[in-house]
Amino acid sequence: MQISLSHFLIVGALLFCFGLVTVTTRRNAVGVLMGVELILNGANVNFAAFSHYVVGGVSGQVFALFVIVLAAAEAAVGLAIVLALFQTFKTIDVRYADLMRE
Amino acid sequence: MNPSTGKLLGWILGTAFAIGFVAVMGQLAIGPAAQSMAHAAATPAGLPDVLFYVIAGVTIAGAAGVALSHNILYSAIGLLMALLGAGSLYVFLAADFLAVAQLLIYIGGVLVLVLFAVMLTNRITEITVSNASLGLWGGLMLFVAVAPVLLAVALVTPWAAITPAATPAYTTETIGDSLLTRWLLPFEIASMVLLATLVGAVSIARKEIKAD
Repeated sequence: MQISLSHFLIVGALLFCFGLVTVTTRRNAVGVLMGVELILNGANVNFAAFSHYVVGGVSGQVFALFVIVLAAAEAAVGLAIVLALFQTFKTIDVRYADLMRE
Repeated sequence: MNPSTGKLLGWILGTAFAIGFVAVMGQLAIGPAAQSMAHAAATPAGLPDVLFYVIAGVTIAGAAGVALSHNILYSAIGLLMALLGAGSLYVFLAADFLAVAQLLIYIGGVLVLVLFAVMLTNRITEITVSNASLGLWGGLMLFVAVAPVLLAVALVTPWAAITPAATPAYTTETIGDSLLTRWLLPFEIASMVLLATLVGAVSIARKEIKAD
């Protein structure tokens, strides 16, 4: 079958769903961040597909580039937080980061 | 006794709801899509089509590995497969600069950073530290709740697709021009965000130096 817009949207949707499942079911904090990266990649595939098949030009690709930049920035800060968590609790299980709970 | 039967009832109701939801969405999605596919002529599968299916399969398999693996290192390798597959898909979409930027920044920067964090925070004796907390069934129900909606939207909506000839062949020059003319403000703000990220990440992650 001819590869069309729907194929790329399906790939983006499946990437998003797997990333969502990873974010909500992982106990490891680094695993949660991996899920966030999957979600952002799903959105990027959608952006690039719409830019190619519907809009034309490079606007979607520029937006996807900004998403990549911001994903790298939040991965850096998130992993810095994970390292600080590890230094405090000696574990990165997200269930143990509950000092503010009674 | 009561809380566990309540939980069991909740799980059964949730599963029934999820199955009904999938059935309704399947009717909505597969009905019109099957009709439109019956009308479309069956073109022979050329090499780009086969290559697309292979690369998409690798991407989805990598994403499934991230979500379902019990070992955090296998999840990192699955993330590598997913990022590589997405970068290859950008080449199909005439986004050559985006594909190379994905390789350089995402795989060469973000994934290496993730592997650093995995290696620094994983104790060697405990490799099963990343068990799923909701369990397999919770993740499956969430997937079943979200995926049919997105797939239905992707398949059913009549997108106003143009013939893909308006994208320039080499996008680097066009992207560079647009970053300095049309997208100048987001470009400058992104540089401020990176500066803030640099300062913030260093100040969060460094060890406290106790003054004696």
